[in-house]
Amino acid sequence: MKCLLLFAAFFRTGLFSFGGGLAMLPLIYQTVQEFGFMPPEEFSDLLALSQVTPGAIAVNAATYVGILTAGIPGAASATVGVVLPSFLITLIVVRFLEKFRDSRYVEGAFSGIRPVTIGLIGSAVLFLSEGVLVRGPLISAELFTGGLEYYDLTAVAIMAASVVLMAVLKVKPIRVMLIMAAAGAALGSAGLL
Amino acid sequence: MRAADPRYNRNGPYFMSRNDESAKQVSLPALFLVFLKLGLFTIGGGMAMVPQMQQLFAEEYKMLSQEEVIDCIAVSQSLPGVLAINMATFIGRRVRGVRGAVCAAVGVVIPSFVIICLAVLVLDQIGEMKAVQGAFTGVKAAVCGLILVTAFRLGKQILKSPFEWVMMAAALLAAGVFGVNVVWVILGAAVLGIIYTVIAGERRGGGKGASK
Repeated sequence: MKCLLLFAAFFRTGLFSFGGGLAMLPLIYQTVQEFGFMPPEEFSDLLALSQVTPGAIAVNAATYVGILTAGIPGAASATVGVVLPSFLITLIVVRFLEKFRDSRYVEGAFSGIRPVTIGLIGSAVLFLSEGVLVRGPLISAELFTGGLEYYDLTAVAIMAASVVLMAVLKVKPIRVMLIMAAAGAALGSAGLL
Repeated sequence: MRAADPRYNRNGPYFMSRNDESAKQVSLPALFLVFLKLGLFTIGGGMAMVPQMQQLFAEEYKMLSQEEVIDCIAVSQSLPGVLAINMATFIGRRVRGVRGAVCAAVGVVIPSFVIICLAVLVLDQIGEMKAVQGAFTGVKAAVCGLILVTAFRLGKQILKSPFEWVMMAAALLAAGVFGVNVVWVILGAAVLGIIYTVIAGERRGGGKGASK
């Protein structure tokens, strides 16, 4: 019964959320409160854990709430629930787009959407850098007035090194991430990161 | 140049062309494993998947064109749900149909699921360790750089005309600085794109989109 409830609650969360994992967290919080899945004071653990562990943030959060509420079956129910709307909607939309492949309106729409997506990928970098490269919001006066203290210089150096590795030395992204994970672990143990 | 690309399909956007001759066929287990790896190295949200996705599918396997990768990101961002799942389903579906979509989506979910379960059941303290925290910060900083490089690589393919540069800059400002919701940005871009195509088509007395 609990599993069915978890499935339904997270299906709804997956269906009505736009903008990816971080934007979904408030909605997940509401769901958790509404159904009383887990004590609210544990929600900060959920926030921390779902952002540092690998994978989609929303899937991490669903698995976490599920396993605390009803063990492994609960985790499976919540995860399938949050994933299913994405999966079904994308399948329907891809099929729809293939059907209207000859439409000049679809072609026109994508001629506008493609350049905009480049800009959106760029803006994702701005959001990701918050709390990592800078110690607060990126779009703020502190960026100029906060001095060097506002930047995490070690993290900025790691970012710059990653750019050089991938763009100049043509190292594969996955290898760059492994190298920087090792560098980060070493720097972290030394208290530098 | 677009015309020099053998996979360029003049009849419509890239994601609809199914006659890619240079594309390699990938087996379902291989597709599953690729997305398992992508899920494992997605740290800090779905967008962290983009650099590897672009490198693997567009450059290494040549299963998708750069435009298709862009279309995948654009469509996935404008749909509700989990970005990583939307992108996995889109690519899986394009590469190997519905069964491919299932393999890709399941593959990308499993690392999340297993790691969270392990973290709760066995390794309660692991997040507290300095080395682990450092490793995650290192990866997150690296991801910023990797996404930046990917944006430049994709931009080099996509951004040709002044119209496209203005659209890119406007989106960066709207979403990145003014915090406009991504869905509105993409809807606005679709409308402007249609208007621009229609006007450009009329000026040439033919219709760019209708060229056979």
